[in-house]
Parts: sequence; C-alpha cells; structure tokens
Amino acid sequence: MKQRRKERIDRGIKARSDDVFSLNSFREMLYVAVPPIAPVLLLIILPLVLPSYWQKVLISTCIFALLAMSWDFLVCVGMVSLGQALFFGVGAYVAGILNKLVGLPIWVDIPIATVLGGAICAVLLTPVLRLRGVYFSMVTLVLPLMLERIVEASGMFGGTEGISGIKPFPNPLVESYVIVFITLFALFAFRRLVTTDYGLVLKAIKDNDRAVMSVGINIYWMKAQALFIAGCVGAFCGAFMTHVYGFVGMPSFALDFSILPLSAAVVGGMGTFAGSFVGAFILVPFSEALRGIGGLRIVLYSFFLVLFIVALPEGIFHYIQRKYQQFERWVEVDK
Amino acid sequence: MLEVALIYGFINSVILALTALGFSLTFGISGVSNFAYGAMYIFAGYASWLLLNKLAIPFFLAASIAVFLTALLGAAMYRFVLLRVRGLVISEVIATFGVGLIILELFRYLGFSGFEYTLPVFSDGSLLIGNTYVDYQRIWIVGVGLFLAVGLYLFIHHTKLGLAFRGIAQDEHTALSLGINSDRIAGISVAFGSGLAAVAAILILPRGTISVNDGYDVLINAMAVCIIGGLGSSVGVVLASFLIGYAQITTDILSGPHWKMIISLIAILLILVVKPSGLLGKQKELEERI
Repeated sequence: MKQRRKERIDRGIKARSDDVFSLNSFREMLYVAVPPIAPVLLLIILPLVLPSYWQKVLISTCIFALLAMSWDFLVCVGMVSLGQALFFGVGAYVAGILNKLVGLPIWVDIPIATVLGGAICAVLLTPVLRLRGVYFSMVTLVLPLMLERIVEASGMFGGTEGISGIKPFPNPLVESYVIVFITLFALFAFRRLVTTDYGLVLKAIKDNDRAVMSVGINIYWMKAQALFIAGCVGAFCGAFMTHVYGFVGMPSFALDFSILPLSAAVVGGMGTFAGSFVGAFILVPFSEALRGIGGLRIVLYSFFLVLFIVALPEGIFHYIQRKYQQFERWVEVDK
Repeated sequence: MLEVALIYGFINSVILALTALGFSLTFGISGVSNFAYGAMYIFAGYASWLLLNKLAIPFFLAASIAVFLTALLGAAMYRFVLLRVRGLVISEVIATFGVGLIILELFRYLGFSGFEYTLPVFSDGSLLIGNTYVDYQRIWIVGVGLFLAVGLYLFIHHTKLGLAFRGIAQDEHTALSLGINSDRIAGISVAFGSGLAAVAAILILPRGTISVNDGYDVLINAMAVCIIGGLGSSVGVVLASFLIGYAQITTDILSGPHWKMIISLIAILLILVVKPSGLLGKQKELEERI
C-alpha cells in the first residue's frame, strides 16, 4: 500500500552556513546573523518610536518575557513552576521595603532585591528539591497564595494597603532601556548558559538525575543554584515593576504573574528561551489590544496554554525555526 | 471551649477528607494529575445552582444531574486534553491546571459572585451535642463523608475496577499485560474523581455562598491532604485530614481565621522535609524521592 509521508531536509544555505564557509557570501552571512540581531535592533529602536502608552506595554512585555525565561530555565532542570508570582512578589516586596522603609536609592535597592529575592525563593523551595515529579509544581502553586494570605493576616508591610510612594525612575527612557537591556542580556545569557558544561549538568538532572548523582555531583546543590538563578530573574522583574508602579502590595502575588509567563513559554516553545521571548511578544501586546475584555484575560491565556500543549507542543519558535532551516516535501512510501 | 474545638475539629476534618477524596482517587491512587479539581468542585456548585434556580428542577434531582455533569466534564477533559499528553508529567500538570483556570476564571468573568449564589441545606434544624449546637447539614457531611471514605477504601481494595486504578499507578506496563486498558481506566478515574468533587461540593457548599476563590482553596487543601497522607493510601488521606483539620481549628481559635489556610502550607513543607513519601505512603517511595 502506498502512503505519503512528509520528508524534511535541511536547506542548502543552512548546510553551507553551518560551517566557516558562511563567510563566503553576504547572503549566507545574513542568514546566520539576522535571527539574533533582529530582536536586538527591534528592542533598541522601539522605546524611541513608541507612544508613551505603548512604552508601558513594552515594559510589561519585557517583564513577562523575563519571567517566562526564568520559568523555561527551571523546566530545563526538570522543575515545573506553577507560581512565578512567588519570585515576582518576593522581589517586589524586598525592593519596596528597601526603598521606602530603609531609604536606599533606586540603583542600590534593585540589585539587592534581585539577589536577596532569589536567595529567599531558593530557601523557601529547598524542601521540595529532594522530590521528583509534581511536588515542585504543587508547592510553587501554593506558596504565592499563602504569602498573600500571610501578608493579609499579619498586616505586615502595609497589609492589604501595601506600600505606596516608592520612588519612580528618573525618566521614562531610562526606565525602558534598563528593562530592554536586561531582557536582551538574559535572553543571550540563558541561551549561552544551557550550552556550557554547567548547563549540560543541569539538563542532565532533568533527563536522568540518578546518572548525575552516580558521577559524584550533588544534584540538590545544583538544583538550588538553578532555583537561585531563576529566582533572581523573577525577583528583578518584581523589583523593577515596584518602581514603575510606585506601589507594592498583595497584587504582586496575583495569578497573572504565574499564568502569563507559563503561557508565553509554552506558546513560544519550551527549552529555547527565544521561544519565551517570542511568546511574550505575541501574547502581551495581543491581550493589551483586547484590553476591553478585562477579566477574560486569564481565561484567554489559559486557553492558549491548553491549546498549544495539546495541538502544537513544540511551540511557535520551533515551528518557525524548522521552516527557516528546512524545507518539506511529500514522498511516497511503502507501508 | 474544648468541646467546641473537638466537635468542630472533627467536622472540619471530615470536610477536608471529603474534599480530598476525589483528588486522592485520581492523583493519589491512579497517578493521573487533575489540577482542575478545584474547578470541578466549583463547577458542580454553580451547575446545581443553575439547574435549581433557572430551570426550577427539584434540589435532589438537580444535585444528581450536577454530579453526573461534573463527571462528564472530567471525562471530556480526559478525552480531549489529558489523553493527548499522557505520560508527559509536565504537560499533564500544565494542561489540567490550564483547564481548571479556564473554568474558574470564566465563572468569575460571567459574574457568578454574591449572596444569591447559595445552595439549600438538606434539612433544617440543629442538634445539641453536649452543650454545642451542630446543624443537620454538618451531620449530613460527617455521615456521607465517613460513608464515602469507608466506601472508597473497600472500592479500591476489593473491586476489580479499584484494583485496576491502583494497578496503573504501580506499573502501567504490567497492568497492560494483564489486560487492563490503562487509558480507559485513567479516564474513568478522572471521571470518578470529578464526580466525588461534585458530591463534596453539594454537601459542603450550603454552609456559605459559592465563590470562585473556594476553587483554589479546595485544590490546595486536597493537595495538602494527599501529600501528607501519602500517595496511594486511603487511610493516609483520612489520617492527614484529621491532623490538618484539628490543627486548623486550633489555630482558628487561638489566633484568628486568617491563619487557618497557612497551616496546610506549613504542614506540606514539614512533611516534605521529614518524610517525603507522606505518613502512610509506600507506593513508589523510592522513585519519587531521589
């Protein structure tokens, strides 16, 4: 019986430019250079040309892209977080407290909040590191909700009122460029990190943790480090947004900060970081354009999440990457 | 005071056990993630409210239809979402969590909140135990809760279907080789779990108004009970419910209702540090702990 099957073959230009011969022609150089340079140029130009409202959208897009990358990084180590809001909220509160109650200037409190927030998150999640499977997801789902309740119940750090009157950035252009450069830095740093030896060990923990243990690597310590790195990125987002809003309160632990990064990473494609970036730049402006729907936002994100997990699990980025590097044709095969 | 704590602690524990039974059947016993559990619970509440008030169907009929609909919803979620990602733990978790969020936030968007959203109690009045008044609804909860807990124990130990549930969690390939269609059994398990969530909802929700946020609390409590009790153990679920239930009531009396939910979290973290497989969990003890 004859059947048809889709065959995928690398494009000639891909095969040629994989090698040093890519320096032979401008076309091949462009083929290699455009994908990494395009987002950089785009992000550097956008703050100059966008109207002030869409600049705010750009900022929140970058924030969600960062949170999605931090989620993606944890997935690389085999930990699926359902509560990025934990990282975000902890960072936001630390920055708010340092700025308002301790009185540190903005350029000091954001770095401190980043590192301290990452450390707090890593410590909070240490008990789960000894377990595999869904426990990590469960605990990360519970923690932000609980911290919100603790703040509400104890009334510390302003309780339900939150802390307001936090100093903003000196001017909007500085604000935009800080977040743009951090996002680009995180994107390329993460992509580089997972290909280093260190990143290989982290990925190996996901694939086969016992093999990693058997070569004498302490996987709990490695996982704690991964948590710290992801926590730092998330805490930075929180600290930054605290200064943008001039306010920190219980909404910092809101579900939006957990579910949107997750959707962005899944829609964009897991495991590449560029996917998270693409996903955030599709979903956030899209939901902003549809901002009339208000409360339906989370429904929409979840819908895309489920749709992509079921129908296109590889995500948009892998799909585009495949089209960019390979061509497809139908071939007849015997069955 | 002590008497109130003892009686209401007991009732609170049975409520916890009741909310956790379905989750435990699906996740603990059959090893299928159902993070849409809280959504199923709330769905049953609103479904029976709608049937009761919009279609004017008598309460017990409406409640039965709601239980059936919720089980159907669980089965549909399994067939169209979960089945396609079975075996990929990450995707299972994300997909079911996403489905749960869609259901819960859709109810929130449609404006299902307020004092009119209440379910009627089974029977009015209250009973005097010692010096404490306990209303009949709570007696109902305790009765049905204990009945279901014992029923679940018998079901998973002494019926073919129940043994199949445990079988696919222990070793899916061996189960397949013994003629158990693991895909179908997992689907039935999700449907049963959702149905149990609906039963819990119809019993418990008449105590107050139905609110979307309850869905998250139910999921958290169910997870807490399952983790602490240990996967695969129905006795563990009851034991854990009583531990958390009494701990919650004690904190409630000593330091106010706000701290009640925090007990679950502290209990989860403590048990994960001290005994990660839970109090009575034996199944997969080695595989889950690295």
